[in-house]
Amino acid sequence: MTKENGSGIDRRDMLKTLAGIPILGALGIQLFRKSAYDDKHNIQQEIVRELGLEDLMNAIRPVTHQQGDLIRLGIAGFGMRGPQLAQALGFLEKSSFEKTVVDGSLDAQIREGNLNVAITGICDVFDLHAELALATAAHDIHTGGEFASAHPVKRFRYYHDMLADPNIDAIIIATPDHHHAQMTIDAIQAGKHVYCEKSLIHREEEIYATYGAVKNSSLVFQLGHQYPQTAAFQVANEILKRRWLGKISHVETTTNRNSPNGAWIRHVDNEGKTKPGDAQSIDWKQWLGKAPEVPFSIQRFYSWARYFDYDTGLFGQLFSHEFDAVNQLLHMGIPKTAFSSGGQYTYKEFGDMPDVLHTTFEYPNKELTLTYSANLTSSKARGRTLYGQDAAMTVGGTLSVVPDGSSEQFADLLERGLISPDSPMMEMLEGSRTASVVDAVSSATAQYYATRGLTSTSIGGQEWDVTHLHLKEWLDCIRNGGTPSSNIEKAFEEGVVIAMADISYRENCRTEWDPEARRIKRI
Amino acid sequence: MEFQSRQMKWQQGALVALRFLIGWHMLYEGLYKLIHPEWSALAFLANAQGFLSGIAGWIVSSPGVLNTVDALNTWGLIAIGLGLVLGLFTRGAALAGCALLLLYYLFNPPFITSAPGASVEGNYLLVSKTLIEAVVLLYIAVTPLSSRFGLDMLRKKYHA
Repeated sequence: MTKENGSGIDRRDMLKTLAGIPILGALGIQLFRKSAYDDKHNIQQEIVRELGLEDLMNAIRPVTHQQGDLIRLGIAGFGMRGPQLAQALGFLEKSSFEKTVVDGSLDAQIREGNLNVAITGICDVFDLHAELALATAAHDIHTGGEFASAHPVKRFRYYHDMLADPNIDAIIIATPDHHHAQMTIDAIQAGKHVYCEKSLIHREEEIYATYGAVKNSSLVFQLGHQYPQTAAFQVANEILKRRWLGKISHVETTTNRNSPNGAWIRHVDNEGKTKPGDAQSIDWKQWLGKAPEVPFSIQRFYSWARYFDYDTGLFGQLFSHEFDAVNQLLHMGIPKTAFSSGGQYTYKEFGDMPDVLHTTFEYPNKELTLTYSANLTSSKARGRTLYGQDAAMTVGGTLSVVPDGSSEQFADLLERGLISPDSPMMEMLEGSRTASVVDAVSSATAQYYATRGLTSTSIGGQEWDVTHLHLKEWLDCIRNGGTPSSNIEKAFEEGVVIAMADISYRENCRTEWDPEARRIKRI
Repeated sequence: MEFQSRQMKWQQGALVALRFLIGWHMLYEGLYKLIHPEWSALAFLANAQGFLSGIAGWIVSSPGVLNTVDALNTWGLIAIGLGLVLGLFTRGAALAGCALLLLYYLFNPPFITSAPGASVEGNYLLVSKTLIEAVVLLYIAVTPLSSRFGLDMLRKKYHA
């Protein structure tokens, strides 16, 4: 193609061959200038700089691995929550375990993070549940260990017998709510540490007795609210410390679910068949405890949360989580007044629980109103939101902060168009595995718990079961001292708040907290 | 004779200019992707239309495959761009560039039924700038004159 003269390359040709080099140089210079320009005008980076976002995520505590002496646990109640707690501790009945291995649903961290516990006592009034509990306690799912088999598990017919057993160090209470307070008091008096599921109380008087018993002991008490263990909670806490929200006058907590299961109608399974259990296999008298005597009812046995004889309903079941989450963030404690209203408009044949319920709590000293709005006939998602003059923060399994258009604190950033009231200025999307995956496997109720940050959280790039972390915190405090996050002071405040709301609804009155007398007044 | 030679010079100059410009374009596309590691073909492939949309779906479905495709694309663009600017292995670079651009075109051809894409500048019907750039590269590949003003001259001299 070119004529060769065989005499090598002359200077002119040489220059021609290198014609691309200056073009390459020009591109390099332009690229360098463009990168520098982009860096300077990168809005995202500027927001990160202005808001100090670089170190915001440092607020998330890494999960520490502390090993200590073996703790032997007794579990009272093995209905729905009991098996979940056992799984979070690393125990799962064999056939369920094999299923989780196949579908990959088991949290890997539970298998890795050995809490060095054994379940040595089981107490349940229903034979079927007790048998499941025994099979669960005997099947340790920690990687590389058949640890539990060395510690035999015993079934107790009466929880007092379990409390008297010297081979049990601590008690987990997962019975229906009307037993919680008495069992906690009895366990503390028997010298056992207590992890009690929410709600701690059913009636007002129980708050004071339980508080007194726990305060007068040196035992570790933890209430079953796992939310403070989430990454989103820890970041929310840091955001409040940085005062992004400005003055907060209203906190809104909500519940929206729309299914019979979500409304605690649980005595029938998905196919509409009545669940197992009868007067022969269930010790009905012990199950009723101090509650009014009624003939055996399978509906009451499974759907107890809907009956005021056994529970405070939505307040104890879900508002308790909402209140704990907000109280752990704002530490606002007990309100001056509470007023509840609502009605049973849909599930009329089942117990006393209203399907629509609203409560307003006033904190005049803190210039704050807390509202709880629950709807069991619509699943339109609503968050848990703190409204401040500078920004609003919605916090659950995820977190988002939206600046207020009238904010003084962010006026400059708003004016420069770096942030806008139309979209979050900070968002944490990771956090809950279930919340982010729309799949047909997990139920609507499971989705609800995930969006509230009650199932799992992402810390250090790994998914953690938050119940595992909450139990771990309790066990760490038993071994090393310290106070767990959902301690008796927080439980006391929550108990009073639930009782105020519950009395207001049931007795159709306003309630007021008398801080001198430390009692609730009807007004 | 003199007229012919002048005409050839112009032809050659225009061709080399085309080579430089397309080389610049492809090299910058590659370097941009290299210095922005967050870049991915994900959005492009996820919106793929036409008969290659199945392959695009397969690439997107696996993070491993997507990462490999992203890396191949980035380094492919850089290699092709360097080849065209420096005039080194010009023919191979032009052919590879042509093939790559045709692939882009076929993943998202401006069919009659295609919606005007938000990310695409201009309006096209069957013919797009990507297709034109691909054909220009084909022209460069099949025209020996395009190797002028490049390291290929040196390469060929030594090989001669």
